[in-house]
Amino acid sequence: MCDADNTTTKKTIRVATGDRAILPEGAKTIPIYIMGKKYDVPETLTIMKAMEFAGFKFLRGAGCRGGICGACPTVYRMAGDYKLHYGLACQTVVEANMYLAQIPFFPANRAEYNIEEIGGAAEAIHALYPELFRCVACNLCTKACPMDVDVLGYISALKQGNIKKAAQLSFDCIQCGLCASRCMGEIPQYHIAQLARRVYGRYIQPRAEHLAKRVEEIESGKYDAMLQDLSAMSKEELEKCYVEREREPDMTAPGAWQPKETRYL
Amino acid sequence: MKISYYPGCTLKSKAANLEAAAVAALATLGIDVEEIDRWNCCGAVFSLTADDLIHQVGPVRNLVRAKEQGATQLVTLCSMCYNTLARANRIMRDDAVKRDTINRFMDEEIDYAGEVEVVHLLTFLEREVGWQKIREKVKVPLEGLRVAPYYGCTLQRPADVGIEPFGSFHLMTGLLEALGATVTPFAAADTCCGSYQVLNGEAGARSTAAVILDNAAASGAEALATSCPLCEYNLGKQQGRLLEAGQITTAVPTFYFTQLLAVALGVAPESCLFDLNSAASLDLLKTKNCLVAA
Amino acid sequence: MTLTITAQTISITSIEQLNELSGENVKLCMQCATCTGMCPMTAEMDLSPRTVMHLVQFGMLDRLGDSNTCWKCASCHACTVKCPRGIDIAKVMEALRQHVLRTNRNYIEPSALPAERIAELPQIALVAAFRKLTS
Ligand code: SF4
Ligand code: SF4
Ligand code: FES
Repeated sequence: MCDADNTTTKKTIRVATGDRAILPEGAKTIPIYIMGKKYDVPETLTIMKAMEFAGFKFLRGAGCRGGICGACPTVYRMAGDYKLHYGLACQTVVEANMYLAQIPFFPANRAEYNIEEIGGAAEAIHALYPELFRCVACNLCTKACPMDVDVLGYISALKQGNIKKAAQLSFDCIQCGLCASRCMGEIPQYHIAQLARRVYGRYIQPRAEHLAKRVEEIESGKYDAMLQDLSAMSKEELEKCYVEREREPDMTAPGAWQPKETRYL
Repeated sequence: MKISYYPGCTLKSKAANLEAAAVAALATLGIDVEEIDRWNCCGAVFSLTADDLIHQVGPVRNLVRAKEQGATQLVTLCSMCYNTLARANRIMRDDAVKRDTINRFMDEEIDYAGEVEVVHLLTFLEREVGWQKIREKVKVPLEGLRVAPYYGCTLQRPADVGIEPFGSFHLMTGLLEALGATVTPFAAADTCCGSYQVLNGEAGARSTAAVILDNAAASGAEALATSCPLCEYNLGKQQGRLLEAGQITTAVPTFYFTQLLAVALGVAPESCLFDLNSAASLDLLKTKNCLVAA
Repeated sequence: MTLTITAQTISITSIEQLNELSGENVKLCMQCATCTGMCPMTAEMDLSPRTVMHLVQFGMLDRLGDSNTCWKCASCHACTVKCPRGIDIAKVMEALRQHVLRTNRNYIEPSALPAERIAELPQIALVAAFRKLTS
């Protein structure tokens, strides 16, 4: 490890071209290990950019580059330490002497179902994913989750039949699959959680009544005349309308403000 | 009084009657049931392999939760949870090498060394409430109800975690007598109901269940009390099928001991969720006038 | 059942392995058959628990591999509490199961269970069966 630190200072600075990261002049590089091979990369880069800097090209395993699509899960160890770390390549900044591997995909059983047919009982989820009952509460899933989701928590909730709790606990899941890659019970946690959220949304969460009412109003033609007026306007008229529109003042207490035009409320 | 409580998965759905009746009954005794936060499945069965520690992690994690939340006692209702938690607890208390390995593996949790005592509700009732006090609080004595106290396996075996010695049935007997019921001892009180073998070719579990129910009926029992949702499944939920197949001839409606406790203490039957028992159970209590008047 | 014991059938390694997995000393068994008398599942088993303990003492894992006895064991510990030699037979049964399960083989397949059965069974039945009968 110490050797590696010394070598970094001696390295000649390489400048990236094209769509790769550009190394700012004088920036420090650090050694990282990608699939076992050492590369010197600028210390300011994310793992994803560092890999591109090192010459890798992401055909799969990268998507949003914003930490939300779950395509770029990464597992790494720091030299000399037993501990496994997990992150998203597009979000995690490199550190010296990281041993990295990408796990863009991990095979996980995904049940087929028709959400309209399965009903809202936990037993339907149990029947589609009986492996749920193989959880040993090792908590490796929770430790692996780059989104800090309480994975064991939602798996426990599902075993107990508590769909609502599972849906809420798993809300931040981005389907990266790291939990499933670590599971002692060979459970596809994130697919089960997704099903739980779907069942929750379809069967358990109360419907928004105001939304149903508004849809009804629209369908009954309440806004047709208004739309016709608008589409008949010239561009200038439209602009004028827009600029002169009534606006709710910032920081108004909810319900305290009413527009003068109340025809469409 | 307040108790820390570990429910277990089944008590949150299929055996919600075991829990609901207990909570209601304990409330009438002035005892607040405080469920521990963030518990997970205990694993239902204790791992019997000497070098297999990963299956101890589940139960131990719950004990860690209890310790973390300041509990010195953790009360359970389900016999299987009781057994698994109590046995894992003994490892953590008595086996320094295994304790160390498990604590190291669970590096995200505080260390645990068996500080919490795992207690089954039957033990708790005898020790902390007492049969005399329960007798005084009874509003609807279960007079004339002949109940067989069924222990199954996990309340008594193995000896180091048994709620009482193998072959003795004092706890449930004491409770049922305090409630005014007639206790019907029977030979199959500690015969296995077939347990999880019900998933592995139902026939085996059904025939052991038939032996137990037959024996209870032959001993004059008209009801059976248990504390295990799997026993209740094999002996209660499956009973209709056993009758239909002619494997038994007399019905013996099954109850959780907490349900009998609750109705005797005057808890409304709706709070005991009898709809999760077979219909015969509530009918029997009605015919025997064991329910509080609506 | 007559047992023919030859240098080929007896395996010290297997005996040691079973002792290690179970934490018991299988040689303590004196073949009294108390275990068989206590066992609620014998009707389902092709070999009685006593016979299994007999074969175990010679480390005859191949012969035991053909038997359904350890898979029909309900881990009820009825044998354990009564064994006059103090052997925890339930642990020996588990060792026999683990001997197979540790090679990534299942005895029952969770995904082959009918949906109605899963929906009906209490969770502890599923958890327990998967722990005892799947790898
Ligand atoms: S729950 Fe699993 S799939 Fe979802 S974000 Fe966490 S590790 Fe990824
Ligand atoms: S990794 Fe798998 S077995 Fe371990 S706690 Fe998570 S779901 Fe359970
Ligand atoms: S690329 Fe989408 S989360 Fe990293």
